[in-house]
This record gives sequence, structure tokens and C-alpha cells, in this order.
Amino acid sequence: MSKEKNLCQAFTDQEKLRHLFWKRFRKNKLALTGAFIVIFLFFAALFAPWLSPYDPGQINIKKILQDPSAEHIFGTDQLGRDVFSRMLGGSRISLLVGFVAVGIASLIGVFLGALAGYYGRWVDNLIMRFVDIMLCFPTFFLILAVIALLEPNIWNIMIIIGITGWMSVARLVRAEFLSLKERDYAVAEKALGARDFRIIFLHILPNALAPVLVAATLGVAGAILTESALSFLGIGVQPPTPSWGNILTAGKDNIQIAWWLSLYPGLAILITVLGYTLLGEGIRDAIDPRLK
Amino acid sequence: MGFYLIKRLVLMIPLFIGITIISFAVIHLAPGSPIDMATDLNPKATAEVKARMRALYGLDKPLHVQYGTWLSRLLVMDFGTSFSQDGRKVTDKIFERLPITIFINIFSLLLILTVAIPLGVLAATYKNSLFDKATTVFVFVGFAVPTFWLALLLMILFGVHLGWLPISGLKSLNYEYLPTSAQLWDRVSHLILPILLSAFGGLAGLSRYMRSNMLEVIRQDYITTAKAKGLSQRAVIFKHALRNALLPVITILGLSIPGLIGGSVIFETIFAIPGMGQLFYASVMARDYPTIMGILVIGAVLTLLGNLIADVSYALVDPRIRTT
Repeated sequence: MSKEKNLCQAFTDQEKLRHLFWKRFRKNKLALTGAFIVIFLFFAALFAPWLSPYDPGQINIKKILQDPSAEHIFGTDQLGRDVFSRMLGGSRISLLVGFVAVGIASLIGVFLGALAGYYGRWVDNLIMRFVDIMLCFPTFFLILAVIALLEPNIWNIMIIIGITGWMSVARLVRAEFLSLKERDYAVAEKALGARDFRIIFLHILPNALAPVLVAATLGVAGAILTESALSFLGIGVQPPTPSWGNILTAGKDNIQIAWWLSLYPGLAILITVLGYTLLGEGIRDAIDPRLK
Repeated sequence: MGFYLIKRLVLMIPLFIGITIISFAVIHLAPGSPIDMATDLNPKATAEVKARMRALYGLDKPLHVQYGTWLSRLLVMDFGTSFSQDGRKVTDKIFERLPITIFINIFSLLLILTVAIPLGVLAATYKNSLFDKATTVFVFVGFAVPTFWLALLLMILFGVHLGWLPISGLKSLNYEYLPTSAQLWDRVSHLILPILLSAFGGLAGLSRYMRSNMLEVIRQDYITTAKAKGLSQRAVIFKHALRNALLPVITILGLSIPGLIGGSVIFETIFAIPGMGQLFYASVMARDYPTIMGILVIGAVLTLLGNLIADVSYALVDPRIRTT
């Protein structure tokens, strides 16, 4: 009986927390702006083929480097392709890279962080020294080297950004595990003879995921920035596949004459990254208002 | 303090070895080899020639033997010879380019410090004021702006439209013919945009960090005490709060070094500055293994040194650290 009551209590606590979360989140104008931007971009990427006024790959020699006009609202590029359509295509790439890269980073980070925090001692030492080593690399150098040595394509980019970006998540999860593994429910589970795997992934992990969610949201922003920088340098997404970064490369090549090639893709990156940053910070503030 | 320093130095050794192992493995295990790159377009390159080249570069031995050779040479600061056409020593190639990269990074760090700290302190002191809100917006936009894009826009504005600043290289073509004063300005004007832009990314992060540190400190009892005994706002903020809020900034500076070095690839490519980042980009493109390794290692060593300096100065100003 009392156990049932406790369960009910725990359930309503959960509900209350969720309610509090939404209450705080709704009041935060910046966070709402972020959420709005993220949702908007998500739909733009989803419906890109139907929203594009032109085929993003359609070359038109008669319309090279045209100023923005009613016909081509963001102008045309050095091959006469419609910049607005290419940017819509680019939004899909950004989103894909952002989510997959962060997914990989989160998986690695959560797994290693959980092991380090739960087992402690030499496991912890080993994993955390590995984290220290990875943090010593100028990450961008490492990414650049690996991408160029492999082959610059979108899959390699996502994987590399993922495996160079898990360290902060590992640290967060480890810290959570250090305190959570001492909680009654974890100790009780262990006393009942549950296997470590079960305790770690089924019981402790769900309670340690809040900071991971925040880190992941901010991570999407970071991954999108990295991808655009790589594509800008010519070792990211390769033309003719459109990406915001490689449209900017065309902008740089035509810097004296075609400002629109530089302005709009950059604005798109800015707004996207801003959206994810605001959303991430908003979630953090709503989870734990003390951190604000 | 001496003991602390020695302990820190000893701890750096395994980190350093770990860094070199990872760099070495990543570079040498990647598919494709510099031999193929060099011989792809040459019909005379038979399998035997390729094998001879491989032996010449030492690429025919097992990986751990190659690593051992590389490491033992490193002990006498020998990074080997570049695979590129010029065949120069890697140390020469890197060290002639290192100064400009370090110079730009140090100046942008100074710029970050002088702007971000006051910004963060003022925003925290006048929390929720218009200034605080403006700073917050600036910080979020600063986080989100791709700096290479900002570089393009500023190049368009100051270089193309206004014509105030040069947009590439370290000096003008007619540098030699300019009078001394104009030479100085020529140098400075070439560096303004690169320094400004490499500082920009860190600026937002540090001022936000400074603000939250200040807010944390202002809440402490000793600040309330200082206020209660009738000290002026100025004295409370600058004498009591600021000092304590500045402590963690030292660590952040150490941690920001890899980011700054990594960013130099982008700036040096955009502004055509012959620094380490540009060399790295060129070496990666040419699969010049020894140079890539050399730069990765030097970048990591700079990071280790930065962290060491940060930790040691933290220990100097905060005695609590030394004992643990």
C-alpha cells in the first residue's frame, strides 16, 4: 500500500516538474523565439522541394550573377542558379549534419560518461584522461585533417564532427552519475542484485539526461557552424550539392560584384544557430532557474 | 608551489604521448597515401618505383615502428622532412610561420579580455537594465555569427565599398616603396580585420561567462557585508566582487586556446595570411604527413602550455588550489 502511494507521489512529482518546466519556458521570450525559429526551419527543410521556386541545380547561363529581384528574390549565383532555392536545399544539409553529428556525439558521450561515473576508479581515470587528450587538440585542425584525408562528403563530415564533439557530454553525464549512483533507488537496485547494465541504462541514465538535452541542442548549433566553415573552405559538402557554406565560397570568389551571395546564406546560418542557442539556453533555464 | 608545478609538468607527459599517438594513428590509418598522390599522374611510376619511394619515406615499416622512429626524432626537435616538392625541414617550415599566428592570437586574446570583462561586469552590476539586455542580445548574436561570414561582410564593407582597409596578405605590393610611417600603418591596417574577427567569437563567450560569475559572486555573504558596512558601489564591485569573479576566467583563457588556434585556419585562408593555419590547410591538401603531424603536435603543445600557465596562475592567486 505504502509503496503504491510512494509511486503515486513520485508520479505527481514528475508531473509537477513538467508543469513547472513549461510554466518557466513559456515565460521566457528568448526561448520561445528560439523554439519558433527551430520549428520554422524544420518545416522549411521538410518541404524544401515544394517551396523552392526553381530547381536548385538548374544552371542558366543567361542569368549569371543577377541582383535580387522579384523573379529571384535572393539573386542568382555564378552559374545562374536561384540562390533562394539553393538555400532551401542547404537548410536540409545543415539540419541533417547538425542532428546526426550531435546524435553520434551524444551516444559516445553518454556511454563513456556513464561508465566513468558509475564505475569510478581506473575506468573513470582512463576515460577522463582520454577526454583530456581529446580536449587538447585544436578540434578544427583535427576535423580538417581527417576530412581531407578521407574524402570530403557529408557522411564523413557528420561522423567526424560527432567523434570530436562528445567530450563535454561525457563530462556532464559523469558528473550526474557520480551523485545519482549514491541515491537510494540505485543503491536499492544494486542490493536487489540487478546487473550493472540495467542500473546504468534503465535506472540512472533517464535521470541524467536533462543536461544532455541542453548540451545536444547547443551542439546542433555548433555542428551547423562547423559544417558551414568546412564547406566554406571547400572541404565540406561538395558542389553541386548546395550548402550554406559552399554558397558563401561563391560569395567570396565574387566578393567585388555579388554581395547577395555573401549576405543571405550567412544570415541563414546566423538565424539557425541563434535559434538552437536560444532554445538550448531556454531549456536549461527552465530546468534549473538557479543557473540563469 | 614548486611541488605543484612539478606535478603538473609530469602529468603533461602522458597527455602529450596520448596526443601524438592519436594524431599519428589518425593520419597514417586514413586511406590514400602521399605516394599515390605523387605518382598518380606519372605513367612511368611502376610498382617498383612506388615501393622504393615508400621505403625512402619509411612508410613500408609497421605503424608502431614508424611511430617509434618519429617519437625518438621528436626528442631532439626533429619533425622530419616535408613530403612536399621543396623537401624542407618541417621545423623550418613551421617556425617561420608560427610567429604571425601567435602574434594575431595574443592580440585577439588581449582584445577579448579588455572588452569582455568590463562588458560582463557592467551587465551583472546593472542586471536587467537596458544595457544588460543589449549585451545579452549581442552575446547571443555573437555566438551565432559564423565568423568567416562576418569576415566576408567586413571585407565587402571596409575593403570593397569604403576602401579603408586592405583585404588580404600582411603588406601591400608597394610596401618597399613606402615611407617608414606609411609602412607601419600598412602593417597595422592589414592586421586590424584578422585580429578583430578572431577575437569576435571569444568575446561573446567570455562576457557571458563574466556576467554569470559576477552574479554568482554578488550573491555571496561577504558582498552583503561589504555593502552593509557602507562601502560605495564602486568599491564593492571593483575591489571585492571583481577579484573573485576574475578567478575562473584564468581557466577559461587556457581552455580557449585550441579554439583560437583552430580558428586561425579560417582567418589565414580568408585573409591570405602566411601563418600556421594556412600551412596546415596546404599540408592537409598535399597529404604532407610530417608537416601535418608537426602542426598538430605544436598546436597541442601550445594548448598544454596554455592550460599549464592557466593552472599555475590560478594556483598563484588562489591558495586553495595548491593544497588539493
